[in-house]
Amino acid sequence: MKIKLITAAALVTASALAFAGCAANEGGAATKTLTGKGASSQKAAQEKWVAAFQTANSGVTVNYAPDGSGAGRSAFIAGAAAFAGSDRPLKDEEMGAGKFAGCTADSNALNLPVYVSPIAVIYKLDGVDSLSLDPATVAGIFTGKITKWNDPAIAKLNPKAKLPDLAITAVHRADDSGTTNNFTDTLNQLAPTVWDQPASDTWPAAFAGEAANGTSGVVGAVSGGTGTIGYADASAAKNVGIAELVVNGKAYKPEAAAAAAILDASKVIPGRAANDLAYKLDRTSEGVYPAVLVSYAIVCQTYKDSATASLVKSYVGYIASAEGQQAAATAAGSAPLSADLQAKVKAAVDSIK
Amino acid sequence: MSTTSALPDTGTSPLPTVDPRRVGDRVFGGLAAGSGIMILVILAMVAAFLLVQGGPALFADPAKLASQGYGEFASWVAPYAFGTVWAAVLALAMAVPVAIGIALFITHYAPRRMAAPLGYLIDLLAAVPSVVFGLWGADLLSRSVRGLYGWLNDNLGFIPLFSGQVSGTGRTILTAAVVLAVMVLPIITSLSREVFLQTPRLHEEAALALGATRWEMIKMAVLPFARPGLVAAIMLGLGRALGETMAVTMVLSGGKNITFQVLTSDNPNTIAATIAQNFPEAFGLKTNQLIAAGLVLFAITLAVNTVARWIVSRRAEYSGAN
Repeated sequence: MKIKLITAAALVTASALAFAGCAANEGGAATKTLTGKGASSQKAAQEKWVAAFQTANSGVTVNYAPDGSGAGRSAFIAGAAAFAGSDRPLKDEEMGAGKFAGCTADSNALNLPVYVSPIAVIYKLDGVDSLSLDPATVAGIFTGKITKWNDPAIAKLNPKAKLPDLAITAVHRADDSGTTNNFTDTLNQLAPTVWDQPASDTWPAAFAGEAANGTSGVVGAVSGGTGTIGYADASAAKNVGIAELVVNGKAYKPEAAAAAAILDASKVIPGRAANDLAYKLDRTSEGVYPAVLVSYAIVCQTYKDSATASLVKSYVGYIASAEGQQAAATAAGSAPLSADLQAKVKAAVDSIK
Repeated sequence: MSTTSALPDTGTSPLPTVDPRRVGDRVFGGLAAGSGIMILVILAMVAAFLLVQGGPALFADPAKLASQGYGEFASWVAPYAFGTVWAAVLALAMAVPVAIGIALFITHYAPRRMAAPLGYLIDLLAAVPSVVFGLWGADLLSRSVRGLYGWLNDNLGFIPLFSGQVSGTGRTILTAAVVLAVMVLPIITSLSREVFLQTPRLHEEAALALGATRWEMIKMAVLPFARPGLVAAIMLGLGRALGETMAVTMVLSGGKNITFQVLTSDNPNTIAATIAQNFPEAFGLKTNQLIAAGLVLFAITLAVNTVARWIVSRRAEYSGAN
């Protein structure tokens, strides 16, 4: 009888302890999973961020699926992902309270720039070690209007170079890409008369040229060819020449500081909420390298689930911090956000509920 | 007399095994029939999957496809369908003569000691994964053929095939076709080798006895007998060439230009490569549209095979094999 009583008591205590344990677990964020989806441009940086964040916060799992910006945005709108990675901010018509399944009915989305990467114009031309091009010339080459390396337009910008009488093979991305979008936007903003097509992920069908699959495909095609030119993420530009872009008489290399400066020189899209940092990139401004890809983290202003909100706050807060930006610069070759912008993103992240 | 006494012995012992043998027969027959039906079911399910998943894009409003997909379906898929067939035709044009040559060499010319290892080597080529062929084509072949392409363009540029602006990277549809040709070569070679070996010895000896040279014997006895098998071998090779994805994705500079020029940068892409390149970032209607393109590829393969079967059956009576 005694034994039975003791057993029963032990069982009750044990189960009470077990339930208490459950409750404690549910209260803390320690066992939660954060799901993000979106731009493949952020892939290398996100992998680094996830690894560092999970090391610092044991028990937290962050999943980032690099399925593409469009897939990320639709997953975020459907509430399937807590945050989206996107190579462009949400457009005005995509914004609006109540349009996002993961956010509360009165909550809008926030676009936070977290990843800035310069796009290099790469070339392979034997005997030419340095090359300067202005946007109109780059546009002329990629539209097929400038077909030879010794074209007067190129020769004028490179008086010292010995330019051969060789056909130019311009290589572009075969797959849809945010890199293409930002590159074509650069040409459209800086040389609108030559490049008359709007920015788009897909290479405009009006302009022919050589197509290669992915960043590595473009770099491989350019480095393996002769008289080739292409565009790729600056961190991937190996074994090729990197052209300087001449804007308003000044030459710029695709370097981190000159690339990150574009966000400080650009204005936020008018009519957005105070904490929404969706930039209209002004590639014509002074002192910036114009061909830059800016990738965003899209989050809710107010999450339906407060646990998710606190996870997003700590994760996105980390990636936009000086430490997170430096980690991405080392791992992915991105350009760290300026201190000023880091502070703005931090203020926006702090406002997430 | 020992035979008569032995007969009942053998007669009694199989008796109990008669029943199991019938069961075995039935089981095996059932398994074989099941396999045969299964391949039809699998084919039907693939077709159904393509129809259901691709349907939304096939029957979508062109305006909606233009805004959410890749554009109006027929005009979007036409260059890729053309590129698929064109690359495969170029590949077969290069691979078939070489493959038949190798197979004839192995079966009728090579000394026996050499024939067997050569056969193994060819079969080994079939085991190389396509991504390796892709790397080889993109990194090595395309670089080394640039000079040849320039020469072709300079000297034979009056032929439309070799006209236009030569690509500076060599990643043209001709390079892709060479890679495809190397990939289909072992398939066509091994099958035609087997077919050539099936030629009745008597036909060959009869031809030689009538005073035919070895080449005449091959022309009179071997090739007519092998024709249906050859067509089947070529069709299998064509199937691989039509559907090859990875190597083409890596090698070909594919666009939307329907052209017969084989040396320029601006080539039509193939359907399989288009799907592979765009699927990772596709969502919504774009996914449907890519799957619908897969349906088109399925239809092309089916049509090509049907036509080939029809050719074989039409020529069967003149094949000389009977």
